[in-house]
Amino acid sequence: MKELFAILIGAMFVENFVLSKFLGICPFLGVSKKTSTAVGMSGAVVFVLVLSQAATWLINEYLLVPNNLEYLQTIAFILAIAALVQLVETVLKKLIPSLYKALGVYLPLITTNCAVLGSALLFVERDYTFVQAVVFGFAAGLGFTMALILFSGIRERLEACDIPEAFKGMPITLIAASLVSVTFVGFAGLIIP
Amino acid sequence: MAEKKSVFSVFFNGLIKENPTFRLLLGMCPSLAVTTMAKNGLGMGAAATFVLVCSNLVISLIRKIVPDKVRIPAYITVIAAFTTIVQLLLAALLPELNKQLGIYIPLIVVNCIIFARAEMFAQKNGPVASIMDGLGMGLGFTIAITVIGSVREILGAGTWMGIPVTVNLFDPATIFILPPGGFMVMGFLVAAFNKIFSDKKADKKADTKAACAAGCPGCSKAMHGGEA
Repeated sequence: MKELFAILIGAMFVENFVLSKFLGICPFLGVSKKTSTAVGMSGAVVFVLVLSQAATWLINEYLLVPNNLEYLQTIAFILAIAALVQLVETVLKKLIPSLYKALGVYLPLITTNCAVLGSALLFVERDYTFVQAVVFGFAAGLGFTMALILFSGIRERLEACDIPEAFKGMPITLIAASLVSVTFVGFAGLIIP
Repeated sequence: MAEKKSVFSVFFNGLIKENPTFRLLLGMCPSLAVTTMAKNGLGMGAAATFVLVCSNLVISLIRKIVPDKVRIPAYITVIAAFTTIVQLLLAALLPELNKQLGIYIPLIVVNCIIFARAEMFAQKNGPVASIMDGLGMGLGFTIAITVIGSVREILGAGTWMGIPVTVNLFDPATIFILPPGGFMVMGFLVAAFNKIFSDKKADKKADTKAACAAGCPGCSKAMHGGEA
Protein backbone atom coordinates (compact mmCIF):
# COMPACT_ATOMS: atom_id res chain seq x y z
CA MET A 1 0.00 0.00 0.00
CA LYS A 2 2.81 2.35 0.97
CA GLU A 3 4.47 1.59 -2.33
CA LEU A 4 1.33 2.45 -4.29
CA PHE A 5 1.02 5.72 -2.43
CA ALA A 6 4.62 6.54 -3.31
CA ILE A 7 3.86 5.87 -6.97
CA LEU A 8 0.76 8.05 -6.78
CA ILE A 9 2.51 11.04 -5.23
CA GLY A 10 5.61 10.51 -7.33
CA ALA A 11 3.77 10.50 -10.64
CA MET A 12 1.56 13.44 -9.70
CA PHE A 13 4.10 15.84 -8.26
CA VAL A 14 7.71 14.73 -8.39
CA GLU A 15 7.70 13.63 -12.00
CA ASN A 16 4.63 15.44 -13.22
CA PHE A 17 4.14 14.24 -16.78
CA VAL A 18 3.63 17.62 -18.36
CA LEU A 19 5.83 19.91 -16.34
CA SER A 20 8.83 17.76 -15.63
CA LYS A 21 8.75 14.87 -18.09
CA PHE A 22 7.43 16.82 -21.09
CA LEU A 23 4.86 14.19 -22.01
CA GLY A 24 1.59 15.43 -23.41
CA ILE A 25 2.79 18.93 -24.23
CA CYS A 26 0.63 19.22 -27.34
CA PRO A 27 -2.72 18.97 -25.56
CA PHE A 28 -1.25 20.96 -22.69
CA LEU A 29 -0.62 23.91 -24.99
CA GLY A 30 -3.46 23.18 -27.39
CA VAL A 31 -6.53 22.87 -25.18
CA SER A 32 -5.55 24.92 -22.15
CA LYS A 33 -7.10 28.12 -23.44
CA LYS A 34 -10.27 27.69 -21.42
CA THR A 35 -10.76 25.93 -18.12
CA SER A 36 -13.87 24.11 -19.36
CA THR A 37 -12.08 22.45 -22.28
CA ALA A 38 -9.14 21.69 -20.01
CA VAL A 39 -11.44 19.79 -17.66
CA GLY A 40 -12.99 17.82 -20.52
CA MET A 41 -9.65 16.87 -22.00
CA SER A 42 -8.21 15.87 -18.62
CA GLY A 43 -11.18 13.67 -17.87
CA ALA A 44 -10.76 11.86 -21.15
CA VAL A 45 -7.02 11.44 -20.57
CA VAL A 46 -7.44 9.96 -17.08
CA PHE A 47 -10.11 7.58 -18.38
CA VAL A 48 -8.05 6.36 -21.33
CA LEU A 49 -4.79 6.23 -19.38
CA VAL A 50 -6.19 3.85 -16.76
CA LEU A 51 -7.74 1.58 -19.41
CA SER A 52 -4.69 1.64 -21.65
CA GLN A 53 -2.31 0.87 -18.79
CA ALA A 54 -4.38 -2.22 -17.97
CA ALA A 55 -4.61 -3.29 -21.61
CA THR A 56 -0.97 -2.74 -22.52
CA TRP A 57 0.23 -4.40 -19.30
CA LEU A 58 -1.77 -7.53 -20.14
CA ILE A 59 -0.56 -7.52 -23.74
CA ASN A 60 3.02 -7.14 -22.64
CA GLU A 61 2.90 -9.78 -19.92
CA TYR A 62 0.90 -12.49 -21.65
CA LEU A 63 1.60 -11.92 -25.32
CA LEU A 64 4.93 -10.23 -25.90
CA VAL A 65 7.15 -11.44 -23.06
CA PRO A 66 6.33 -15.19 -23.26
CA ASN A 67 7.01 -15.14 -27.02
CA ASN A 68 10.19 -13.06 -26.81
CA LEU A 69 8.60 -10.30 -28.83
CA GLU A 70 9.58 -7.39 -26.60
CA TYR A 71 11.03 -5.54 -29.55
CA LEU A 72 7.50 -5.19 -30.93
CA GLN A 73 6.40 -3.22 -27.87
CA THR A 74 6.22 0.13 -29.65
CA ILE A 75 4.05 -1.17 -32.48
CA ALA A 76 1.88 -3.34 -30.28
CA PHE A 77 1.29 -0.59 -27.73
CA ILE A 78 0.43 2.15 -30.18
CA LEU A 79 -1.98 -0.09 -32.07
CA ALA A 80 -3.56 -1.25 -28.82
CA ILE A 81 -3.97 2.35 -27.71
CA ALA A 82 -5.45 3.42 -31.04
CA ALA A 83 -7.88 0.50 -30.99
CA LEU A 84 -8.77 1.14 -27.36
CA VAL A 85 -9.51 4.80 -27.98
CA GLN A 86 -11.76 3.83 -30.87
CA LEU A 87 -13.48 1.22 -28.71
CA VAL A 88 -14.00 3.62 -25.82
CA GLU A 89 -15.50 6.11 -28.23
CA THR A 90 -17.95 3.59 -29.67
CA VAL A 91 -18.94 2.13 -26.30
CA LEU A 92 -19.44 5.51 -24.67
CA LYS A 93 -21.54 6.70 -27.59
CA LYS A 94 -23.87 3.73 -27.17
CA LEU A 95 -23.98 3.31 -23.40
CA ILE A 96 -23.33 6.65 -21.72
CA PRO A 97 -24.23 9.35 -24.26
CA SER A 98 -23.95 12.11 -21.66
CA LEU A 99 -20.33 11.25 -20.89
CA TYR A 100 -19.65 10.86 -24.59
CA LYS A 101 -20.97 14.34 -25.16
CA ALA A 102 -18.58 15.70 -22.56
CA LEU A 103 -15.46 13.78 -23.62
CA GLY A 104 -16.19 12.81 -27.22
CA VAL A 105 -14.34 15.60 -28.96
CA TYR A 106 -11.16 14.93 -27.02
CA LEU A 107 -11.01 11.18 -27.44
CA PRO A 108 -9.47 10.92 -30.94
CA LEU A 109 -6.77 13.37 -29.84
CA ILE A 110 -5.57 11.02 -27.17
CA THR A 111 -4.06 8.43 -29.50
CA THR A 112 -1.32 10.89 -30.32
CA ASN A 113 -0.89 12.01 -26.72
CA CYS A 114 2.63 11.05 -25.71
CA ALA A 115 1.52 10.65 -22.10
CA VAL A 116 -0.44 7.50 -22.93
CA LEU A 117 2.27 5.70 -24.86
CA GLY A 118 4.88 7.16 -22.53
CA SER A 119 3.39 5.69 -19.39
CA ALA A 120 3.04 2.32 -21.12
CA LEU A 121 6.75 2.40 -21.97
CA LEU A 122 7.62 3.52 -18.45
CA PHE A 123 5.94 0.64 -16.66
CA VAL A 124 7.95 -1.75 -18.80
CA GLU A 125 11.14 0.09 -17.92
CA ARG A 126 10.30 -0.02 -14.22
CA ASP A 127 8.93 -3.56 -14.02
CA TYR A 128 5.65 -2.54 -12.44
CA THR A 129 3.06 -5.12 -11.45
CA PHE A 130 -0.46 -4.89 -12.87
CA VAL A 131 -1.82 -2.88 -9.94
CA GLN A 132 1.21 -0.62 -9.86
CA ALA A 133 0.93 0.06 -13.58
CA VAL A 134 -2.74 0.99 -13.31
CA VAL A 135 -2.14 3.22 -10.28
CA PHE A 136 0.74 4.83 -12.14
CA GLY A 137 -1.53 5.54 -15.11
CA PHE A 138 -4.20 6.99 -12.86
CA ALA A 139 -1.67 9.19 -11.03
CA ALA A 140 -0.11 10.35 -14.29
CA GLY A 141 -3.58 11.30 -15.49
CA LEU A 142 -4.25 13.23 -12.29
CA GLY A 143 -0.93 15.03 -12.61
CA PHE A 144 -1.83 15.94 -16.18
CA THR A 145 -5.23 17.18 -14.99
CA MET A 146 -3.67 19.30 -12.29
CA ALA A 147 -1.14 20.89 -14.65
CA LEU A 148 -3.75 21.54 -17.34
CA ILE A 149 -6.31 23.13 -15.02
CA LEU A 150 -3.73 25.23 -13.20
CA PHE A 151 -2.35 26.45 -16.47
CA SER A 152 -5.69 27.16 -18.11
CA GLY A 153 -6.47 29.52 -15.25
CA ILE A 154 -3.26 31.41 -15.94
CA ARG A 155 -3.91 31.53 -19.66
CA GLU A 156 -7.37 32.96 -19.19
CA ARG A 157 -5.76 35.86 -17.36
CA LEU A 158 -2.99 36.15 -19.89
CA GLU A 159 -5.57 37.00 -22.55
CA ALA A 160 -6.15 40.38 -20.97
CA CYS A 161 -2.49 41.31 -20.66
CA ASP A 162 -0.46 43.68 -22.76
CA ILE A 163 2.20 41.56 -24.47
CA PRO A 164 5.00 42.59 -26.86
CA GLU A 165 4.06 41.85 -30.47
CA ALA A 166 6.63 39.11 -31.06
CA PHE A 167 5.62 37.28 -27.89
CA LYS A 168 1.93 37.09 -28.67
CA GLY A 169 0.45 33.63 -28.89
CA MET A 170 2.75 30.70 -28.27
CA PRO A 171 5.93 32.37 -26.93
CA ILE A 172 4.26 33.97 -23.94
CA THR A 173 2.37 30.76 -23.27
CA LEU A 174 5.63 28.83 -23.18
CA ILE A 175 7.18 31.34 -20.81
CA ALA A 176 4.16 31.13 -18.52
CA ALA A 177 4.50 27.35 -18.65
CA SER A 178 8.11 27.74 -17.65
CA LEU A 179 7.11 29.68 -14.55
CA VAL A 180 4.48 27.09 -13.61
CA SER A 181 7.09 24.42 -14.12
CA VAL A 182 9.44 26.16 -11.67
CA THR A 183 7.01 25.39 -8.87
CA PHE A 184 7.20 21.72 -9.71
CA VAL A 185 10.99 21.72 -9.53
CA GLY A 186 10.42 22.28 -5.83
CA PHE A 187 9.08 18.74 -5.56
CA ALA A 188 12.21 17.18 -7.04
CA GLY A 189 13.82 14.74 -4.68
CA LEU A 190 10.74 14.54 -2.46
CA ILE A 191 10.46 10.78 -2.84
CA ILE A 192 12.46 8.41 -4.94
CA PRO A 193 9.75 6.44 -6.69
CA MET B 1 1.86 17.12 -60.86
CA ALA B 2 4.41 19.90 -60.97
CA GLU B 3 6.94 17.88 -59.07
CA LYS B 4 10.15 18.83 -60.85
CA LYS B 5 10.20 22.53 -60.33
CA SER B 6 9.01 22.45 -56.75
CA VAL B 7 11.31 19.78 -55.35
CA PHE B 8 13.78 22.28 -53.96
CA SER B 9 11.20 24.72 -52.75
CA VAL B 10 9.59 21.78 -50.95
CA PHE B 11 12.93 21.06 -49.32
CA PHE B 12 13.58 24.63 -48.21
CA ASN B 13 10.00 25.08 -47.11
CA GLY B 14 10.67 22.92 -44.08
CA LEU B 15 13.80 24.77 -43.10
CA ILE B 16 12.46 28.24 -42.44
CA LYS B 17 9.04 29.13 -43.76
CA GLU B 18 7.33 26.13 -42.24
CA ASN B 19 9.95 25.13 -39.72
CA PRO B 20 8.13 22.39 -37.82
CA THR B 21 9.38 23.42 -34.41
CA PHE B 22 9.45 27.20 -34.50
CA ARG B 23 6.66 27.92 -36.97
CA LEU B 24 4.24 25.00 -36.88
CA LEU B 25 4.98 24.17 -33.24
CA LEU B 26 4.73 20.47 -33.85
CA GLY B 27 6.58 17.78 -31.97
CA MET B 28 6.96 19.83 -28.84
CA CYS B 29 7.50 16.92 -26.47
CA PRO B 30 10.89 15.80 -27.83
CA SER B 31 11.92 19.39 -28.58
CA LEU B 32 11.67 20.15 -24.89
CA ALA B 33 12.48 16.84 -23.28
CA VAL B 34 15.75 15.78 -24.87
CA THR B 35 17.31 19.19 -25.47
CA THR B 36 19.33 19.43 -22.28
CA MET B 37 22.41 18.94 -24.45
CA ALA B 38 23.18 19.89 -28.04
CA LYS B 39 24.34 16.36 -28.77
CA ASN B 40 21.04 14.86 -27.68
CA GLY B 41 19.17 17.30 -29.91
CA LEU B 42 21.28 16.26 -32.86
CA GLY B 43 20.73 12.56 -32.15
CA MET B 44 17.00 12.96 -31.69
CA GLY B 45 16.77 15.06 -34.85
CA ALA B 46 18.64 12.47 -36.89
CA ALA B 47 16.44 9.65 -35.59
CA ALA B 48 13.26 11.57 -36.29
CA THR B 49 14.47 12.59 -39.75
CA PHE B 50 15.14 8.97 -40.64
CA VAL B 51 11.65 7.94 -39.57
CA LEU B 52 10.12 10.94 -41.31
CA VAL B 53 11.83 10.35 -44.65
CA CYS B 54 11.14 6.60 -44.67
CA SER B 55 7.54 6.88 -43.57
CA ASN B 56 6.88 9.71 -46.02
CA LEU B 57 8.29 7.57 -48.83
CA VAL B 58 6.32 4.46 -47.93
CA ILE B 59 3.11 6.36 -47.33
CA SER B 60 3.36 8.18 -50.64
CA LEU B 61 3.87 4.81 -52.32
CA ILE B 62 0.93 3.09 -50.65
CA ARG B 63 -1.41 6.07 -50.61
CA LYS B 64 -3.43 4.80 -53.57
CA ILE B 65 -3.77 1.24 -52.27
CA VAL B 66 -4.83 2.02 -48.72
CA PRO B 67 -8.57 2.63 -48.39
CA ASP B 68 -9.39 5.98 -46.89
CA LYS B 69 -11.18 4.47 -43.91
CA VAL B 70 -8.20 2.58 -42.52
CA ARG B 71 -5.50 5.01 -43.48
CA ILE B 72 -4.86 6.28 -39.94
CA PRO B 73 -4.07 2.84 -38.45
CA ALA B 74 -2.11 1.98 -41.60
CA TYR B 75 0.03 5.10 -41.30
CA ILE B 76 0.56 4.56 -37.59
CA THR B 77 1.77 1.03 -38.30
CA VAL B 78 4.22 2.25 -40.94
CA ILE B 79 5.57 4.94 -38.63
CA ALA B 80 5.79 2.53 -35.69
CA ALA B 81 7.70 0.02 -37.81
CA PHE B 82 10.34 2.58 -38.78
CA THR B 83 10.55 3.81 -35.21
CA THR B 84 11.25 0.27 -34.06
CA ILE B 85 14.01 0.02 -36.66
CA VAL B 86 15.61 3.21 -35.35
CA GLN B 87 15.23 2.00 -31.79
CA LEU B 88 17.01 -1.28 -32.53
CA LEU B 89 19.72 0.44 -34.59
CA LEU B 90 20.45 2.95 -31.86
CA ALA B 91 20.51 0.30 -29.16
CA ALA B 92 23.06 -1.65 -31.17
CA LEU B 93 25.25 1.16 -32.53
CA LEU B 94 25.01 4.04 -30.08
CA PRO B 95 23.99 2.54 -26.74
CA GLU B 96 25.02 5.66 -24.84
CA LEU B 97 22.84 8.01 -26.86
CA ASN B 98 20.03 5.46 -26.68
CA LYS B 99 20.23 5.55 -22.89
CA GLN B 100 20.19 9.36 -22.86
CA LEU B 101 17.14 9.61 -25.09
CA GLY B 102 15.36 6.77 -23.29
CA ILE B 103 11.65 6.48 -23.92
CA TYR B 104 11.67 9.48 -26.24
CA ILE B 105 12.97 7.28 -29.06
CA PRO B 106 9.91 5.00 -29.13
CA LEU B 107 7.83 8.14 -28.61
CA ILE B 108 8.81 9.26 -32.12
CA VAL B 109 5.71 7.26 -33.10
CA VAL B 110 3.45 9.89 -31.60
CA ASN B 111 5.54 12.83 -32.79
CA CYS B 112 2.99 15.08 -34.45
CA ILE B 113 5.45 16.21 -37.14
CA ILE B 114 5.62 12.78 -38.70
CA PHE B 115 1.92 12.17 -38.64
CA ALA B 116 1.12 15.67 -39.81
CA ARG B 117 3.49 15.37 -42.78
CA ALA B 118 1.96 12.01 -43.68
CA GLU B 119 -1.49 13.54 -43.68
CA MET B 120 -0.67 16.90 -45.17
CA PHE B 121 2.00 16.02 -47.68
CA ALA B 122 2.88 12.39 -48.38
CA GLN B 123 -0.74 11.47 -48.85
CA LYS B 124 -1.13 13.94 -51.70
CA ASN B 125 2.28 13.89 -53.37
CA GLY B 126 4.59 11.54 -55.22
CA PRO B 127 7.54 9.69 -53.68
CA VAL B 128 10.28 12.14 -54.78
CA ALA B 129 8.53 15.20 -53.43
CA SER B 130 7.66 13.30 -50.26
CA ILE B 131 11.28 12.36 -49.65
CA MET B 132 12.31 15.97 -50.14
CA ASP B 133 9.59 17.13 -47.80
CA GLY B 134 10.73 14.59 -45.22
CA LEU B 135 14.34 15.72 -45.57
CA GLY B 136 13.47 19.41 -45.34
CA MET B 137 11.15 19.01 -42.39
CA GLY B 138 13.53 16.62 -40.67
CA LEU B 139 16.46 18.96 -41.15
CA GLY B 140 14.38 21.91 -39.94
CA PHE B 141 13.47 19.91 -36.84
CA THR B 142 17.06 18.80 -36.29
CA ILE B 143 18.45 22.32 -36.59
CA ALA B 144 15.75 23.69 -34.32
CA ILE B 145 16.24 21.20 -31.51
CA THR B 146 20.03 21.39 -31.83
CA VAL B 147 19.78 25.15 -31.40
CA ILE B 148 17.52 24.74 -28.37
CA GLY B 149 19.92 22.13 -26.99
CA SER B 150 22.93 24.38 -27.60
CA VAL B 151 21.36 27.36 -25.85
CA ARG B 152 20.32 25.26 -22.88
CA GLU B 153 23.65 23.47 -22.64
CA ILE B 154 25.71 26.67 -22.84
CA LEU B 155 23.57 28.57 -20.35
CA GLY B 156 22.85 25.66 -18.07
CA ALA B 157 26.04 23.64 -18.02
CA GLY B 158 28.60 25.98 -19.56
CA THR B 159 29.53 23.46 -22.23
CA TRP B 160 28.74 22.90 -25.89
CA MET B 161 28.79 19.35 -27.25
CA GLY B 162 30.62 18.51 -24.03
CA ILE B 163 33.35 21.13 -24.50
CA PRO B 164 33.57 23.80 -21.77
CA VAL B 165 33.01 27.22 -23.36
CA THR B 166 31.99 29.66 -20.66
CA VAL B 167 34.70 29.03 -18.08
CA ASN B 168 35.78 32.65 -17.68
CA LEU B 169 32.58 34.33 -18.80
CA PHE B 170 29.83 33.44 -16.34
CA ASP B 171 28.67 30.73 -14.01
CA PRO B 172 26.15 28.43 -15.65
CA ALA B 173 22.61 28.54 -14.25
CA THR B 174 21.37 25.00 -13.71
CA ILE B 175 17.75 26.07 -14.18
CA PHE B 176 18.29 26.01 -17.94
CA ILE B 177 18.85 22.28 -18.06
CA LEU B 178 15.89 21.71 -15.74
CA PRO B 179 12.36 21.55 -17.22
CA PRO B 180 11.50 25.26 -16.67
CA GLY B 181 14.53 26.25 -18.73
CA GLY B 182 13.22 24.16 -21.60
CA PHE B 183 9.94 26.04 -21.74
CA MET B 184 11.65 29.38 -21.32
CA VAL B 185 14.32 28.93 -24.01
CA MET B 186 11.69 27.58 -26.38
CA GLY B 187 9.45 30.58 -25.70
CA PHE B 188 12.21 33.10 -26.38
CA LEU B 189 13.38 31.29 -29.50
CA VAL B 190 9.87 31.15 -30.97
CA ALA B 191 9.50 34.86 -30.23
CA ALA B 192 12.83 35.60 -31.91
CA PHE B 193 11.87 33.52 -34.91
CA ASN B 194 8.57 35.38 -35.16
CA LYS B 195 10.34 38.71 -34.94
CA ILE B 196 12.98 37.94 -37.56
CA PHE B 197 10.86 36.22 -40.15
CA SER B 198 7.58 38.04 -39.82
CA ASP B 199 8.74 41.57 -40.62
CA LYS B 200 8.64 40.72 -44.28
CA LYS B 201 5.20 39.23 -44.11
CA ALA B 202 2.10 40.61 -42.53
CA ASP B 203 0.42 37.25 -42.06
CA LYS B 204 2.34 36.54 -38.88
CA LYS B 205 -0.57 36.82 -36.54
CA ALA B 206 -2.66 34.41 -38.49
CA ASP B 207 0.32 32.08 -38.62
CA THR B 208 0.93 31.89 -34.90
CA LYS B 209 -2.74 31.48 -34.24
CA ALA B 210 -3.06 28.75 -36.82
CA ALA B 211 -0.02 27.07 -35.38
CA CYS B 212 -1.65 26.57 -31.99
CA ALA B 213 -4.68 25.04 -33.58
CA ALA B 214 -2.84 23.17 -36.30
CA GLY B 215 -0.60 21.28 -33.88
CA CYS B 216 -2.21 18.27 -32.42
CA PRO B 217 -5.79 19.32 -32.99
CA GLY B 218 -4.72 19.21 -36.64
CA CYS B 219 -4.02 15.55 -36.24
CA SER B 220 -7.32 15.09 -34.53
CA LYS B 221 -9.20 16.68 -37.35
CA ALA B 222 -7.46 14.30 -39.63
CA MET B 223 -8.59 11.46 -37.43
CA HIS B 224 -12.16 12.57 -37.44
CA GLY B 225 -11.96 12.68 -41.19
CA GLY B 226 -10.63 9.15 -41.15
CA GLU B 227 -13.57 7.81 -39.25
CA ALA B 228 -16.26 9.55 -41.18
